[in-house]
Amino acid sequence: MSKIQEGLLYSGSHEWVKTDGDIATIGISDFAQKSMGNIVYVDMPEEDDEVFRDEEFGAVESVKAASDLYSPVSGTVVERNAALEDEPGLLNRDAYANWIIKVRMSDPSETESLMDAAAYTEFLSKQE
Amino acid sequence: METLKKTCLYDIHTELGAQMSPFGGFIMPIQYSDIAVEHNAVRQHCGMFDVSHMGEIFISGPDSEAFVNHIFTNDVRALQPGHIQYGMMLYPEGGTVDDLLVYRMPEKDTWLLVVNASNITKDYGWISRAARTWNVDVSDRSGDFGQIALQGPESEQTVYDVLGLDLSDLVFYTFREVEYGGETVIASRSGYTGEDGFEFYASEGIIRKIWKTLLGAKVTPCGLGCRDTLRFEVGLPLYGHELGEDISPLEAGLGIFVKTEKPDFIGREAVLALKDSGLRRKLVGIELSDKAIPRAGYPVESDGRQIGEVTTGYNSISTGKSVCMAFVETAYGTPGTAVGIHIRKKVFPGTVCRKSFYDKKYRK
Repeated sequence: MSKIQEGLLYSGSHEWVKTDGDIATIGISDFAQKSMGNIVYVDMPEEDDEVFRDEEFGAVESVKAASDLYSPVSGTVVERNAALEDEPGLLNRDAYANWIIKVRMSDPSETESLMDAAAYTEFLSKQE
Repeated sequence: METLKKTCLYDIHTELGAQMSPFGGFIMPIQYSDIAVEHNAVRQHCGMFDVSHMGEIFISGPDSEAFVNHIFTNDVRALQPGHIQYGMMLYPEGGTVDDLLVYRMPEKDTWLLVVNASNITKDYGWISRAARTWNVDVSDRSGDFGQIALQGPESEQTVYDVLGLDLSDLVFYTFREVEYGGETVIASRSGYTGEDGFEFYASEGIIRKIWKTLLGAKVTPCGLGCRDTLRFEVGLPLYGHELGEDISPLEAGLGIFVKTEKPDFIGREAVLALKDSGLRRKLVGIELSDKAIPRAGYPVESDGRQIGEVTTGYNSISTGKSVCMAFVETAYGTPGTAVGIHIRKKVFPGTVCRKSFYDKKYRK
């Protein structure tokens, strides 16, 4: 079974979001890292790049396959997690302690359509 | 949709918890634990693969030597019994029907052709049609044989310790028939990983016995996932990627296996014409400076123009570098040439290099 962390918001494409004012911290769920297997590369946008809700902003890659990342919110990238450049496997070790990007949201109300932990648990139960 | 075939080891793979996927018409193990762990087991110790999906086509009869030489690009006339050759079968237009191994069997006028799983039906039909005017017998015996590849530097010792077979006399690309479990097994010093190793062809019952015995001795079971990363690192082609119906072996850099000095073989005229006109594209290696992974189908670019396409690419497990094989326009094929690879939204800088990223360790 995959771990689901309380207090986070989740997208149907298995990204999580934590908000602090208009800053959204984005990562992938434990379910996502488990389905990928060993992650060997994380493709992240640069600071100041724009991201758009439900659009691709990067990818996580295992030996065999690349899996696109979709942004749960729109906005501007303010920080990328540089630690993942050298150690992409951090996402396998703890998908919630290791975020991918931080975004300054252009429309914080977009988070209203995301799932809370309970809804995501329900969502996953239909997938697993 | 054709039903996927199962090899004689299918139930053992599922018991081991292997991740199974379709490959070449079969449901095959992709990995048991982790591709990198299995890959490193083969590079450093040894690992075993179920390769029972490979096809075995026998050709026999008085005309068999001339016939095999007629359909095959390498030259089997000097091939001794107990020896193996690699080469291709070509279409008259010069594209590749398949790449394969030819075994000259100890029995007079008998040849074993080992072909790719995905091409068994096509190859058998192709060979049978070509054989109509020859005094030969062509028989697809793929269903009679299971096959295991044991690969890695400790293979010879493992075969001796665990299976009780001394195969130290065999050098790479030779084979002999041995007794195991009361049956005849074709034991061949060969494989497709760049490491020393053996391949065993036998009845399904004996293949199961060999697999279980090796498993009992803690030999690492390896899936097709790492078979691909291993063959890729040493620059070996995979049909459907580096070879295909519209790809000449010359473009894939396999000209040494195409003996145009032979008087006749299917595709020879096309090969000569291509040599005459020069290659429009060639298969190269490309090394990226970034860790982004170039994958099959990604465009290769120069100054914003597409000049080629990736055929296979990985973050190489043995070297840690992101590398790929790609077909590029011949003008860009010189090692050292700067090119770009389009990965998602970005173009990553790369350098053309040899299409082998790790040195083969065959026992010659």
